[in-house]
Amino acid sequence: MQPIECHNVWKKYTKGEKINSLRDLIPGLTKAFFKQKQTEDELTAKEFWALKDVTFDVRRGEVLGIIGPNGAGKSTILKLLSKIIRPNKGTFAVNGRLSALIEITAGFHPEFTGRENVYFNGSILGMSKRELDEKFDQIVDFSGVEEFIDTPVKRYSSGMYARLGFAVAAHVNPDILLVDEVLAVGDINFQAKCAQKMRELLKSGTTIALVSHNIPLVQNICSRVVLLNHGELIRTGPADDVIPFYQNIVTQKNEEELKRKFAATADRLQIQEKSPVQISEVRVFNTVNNTVNRLLTNEPLGIEVHYSTAQPIEQPIIEFDIVRSDGVLCCSANTRDSQSPVSLLEKNGTIKINAGHLYLTPGIYHLEVSIWDRDMIHPHAISKREIFRIEAHQLNLDTNAVFLPKVHWEINS
Amino acid sequence: MGEMIKELFEYRSLLIAFTIRNIHMKYKQTVMGFLWAIFMPSIIVLSGVVVKGAMATLSGHSLDISQFASVTVKSLPWAFFVGALKFSTNSLVGNMELVKKIYFPREVFPFSYVLGQLFDLFIASLAFTVILIFTKLGISSHIIWLPVLILFLVLFTAGLGMLLACGNLFYRDVRYIVDVILTFGIFFTPVFYEASMFPQWETALLLNPIGAILESINRVVVLQKAPDVIWLVYAGFWAIICFFGSWYIFHKTEPLFAEKI
Repeated sequence: MQPIECHNVWKKYTKGEKINSLRDLIPGLTKAFFKQKQTEDELTAKEFWALKDVTFDVRRGEVLGIIGPNGAGKSTILKLLSKIIRPNKGTFAVNGRLSALIEITAGFHPEFTGRENVYFNGSILGMSKRELDEKFDQIVDFSGVEEFIDTPVKRYSSGMYARLGFAVAAHVNPDILLVDEVLAVGDINFQAKCAQKMRELLKSGTTIALVSHNIPLVQNICSRVVLLNHGELIRTGPADDVIPFYQNIVTQKNEEELKRKFAATADRLQIQEKSPVQISEVRVFNTVNNTVNRLLTNEPLGIEVHYSTAQPIEQPIIEFDIVRSDGVLCCSANTRDSQSPVSLLEKNGTIKINAGHLYLTPGIYHLEVSIWDRDMIHPHAISKREIFRIEAHQLNLDTNAVFLPKVHWEINS
Repeated sequence: MGEMIKELFEYRSLLIAFTIRNIHMKYKQTVMGFLWAIFMPSIIVLSGVVVKGAMATLSGHSLDISQFASVTVKSLPWAFFVGALKFSTNSLVGNMELVKKIYFPREVFPFSYVLGQLFDLFIASLAFTVILIFTKLGISSHIIWLPVLILFLVLFTAGLGMLLACGNLFYRDVRYIVDVILTFGIFFTPVFYEASMFPQWETALLLNPIGAILESINRVVVLQKAPDVIWLVYAGFWAIICFFGSWYIFHKTEPLFAEKI
């Protein structure tokens, strides 16, 4: 009997407005009466599956990380485990006293003082009055709002509010703890206290299920990780095993979003309609093995541009820019500054660029090639943005750096 | 059914905490504080006295003490009923965040408001008992039925409160319908008058379970007679059916609360 067990759980939600007043009830009933009888398996037009056939368990004393992009169903699982909602199909079991840190200030009432709210919230989370009496001082000390504990919480800042809420929740000491991304409050001091508290709980054998987007944190404290996407369980296993899958999903989402954005704005690049030069195709590839649009950080990058021109262009300047998905211009080069002047462009041709080893950080980038006149005042042609991906084999490249050069270290001690 | 009761029992300290909070909430930052518990019924009693006085003048009788006592004794439970229902109906929707985020048996919401209102009834009763002592009304042994009648009243109100809380969660206009019905309820419930004043309507008026309860309370306290057995059983029947029936319905629909709220 594991502390938490989930077997083949399905959960669907309804989109859009529901019948909310008696006035709409009669037409609603009539409609339902005339529609076909539906089984649990099917979806009406407005429904969608938030969880599809999810099976997993959480073992005694372990910290299970639940990760996945937004909308994967992580919070739905926590709500199911807390008995706030019921599954459409499947079963789950919770063996032990469960406490959920899903919304730590939910029970707070603005008119009451901090003290009264601690007692009230504590009892909502399952603590008895005796327990609260014993732990009251600890809780207040942890939160750091001692001075204001007898002031109505409507006068608190939002930081104080959250810290007090978290302090109460952190002292519940249940057998099983569900945490839903509530660890992001307070200053460094407070964060350290939170991390310390988590470690204490772990040591005392509490089973924890943690939902988080903070991958370094998940790697740090979770022994096993469960990856969800669109309601499906993609993978379970040790953290290092599952996290690359997550990064893959996120990168892919990024890529698709960018593609959509560019497709939407593609028609805006009409300025060169009248221009004689057209760039018909741009390709990014690995110069070693020619794979297109996907490279490793340490592979050399090549670009191939196909152009055509109605009239010969004298002394053009050709430039390319590589921009990261968050808009940072990472790298750029043009024929003028690299001392490789082009004298003439005519008819059709190909431009081949060998950018070499760029050591770009893994992520989604786009490339833009442009052909300018000799003084770089007006562009003859700007290519469509070509999206490509840089990957790496190792984890933990969670950095904002633009590029990761090959560095040689020598230490003399 | 048994597990429903067991679960609620486990959460009893939460129920008490909620009730205390509700009571505090009504009186926080008010000038009058607990006096509000007396003010509301006083208004009803005053209106009742005015109505009765008018009726007495019209019919040529004078207003006597027992009539004043009647109005008082029936207004308090009526105020309880109205207040408890108004709060209970909105108890789930008004606590939306808690319903959506934390688990505990949802019965706690309507029950805590009913109990909170019971506290108000208690305060008002104390105040009016003092007044009634001055009227030299006296007490009979039949007063022993009073706790039973109050119990019926609470059960019936709690049951109705749960049902309406449920209803209001799914259909948000239930609360306004309840408001309207309660406002006019005072006309077709024998609070300001006795059912016996309208012989042809008497049975119909007493078919209203609250009517039956109020009249029984009147009999026991003011008229100092034993309650009418038929109406006593009738009221008890309604109280129990309403309470357990509504609780069952509430419990069955509970899984949908967080989604549909």
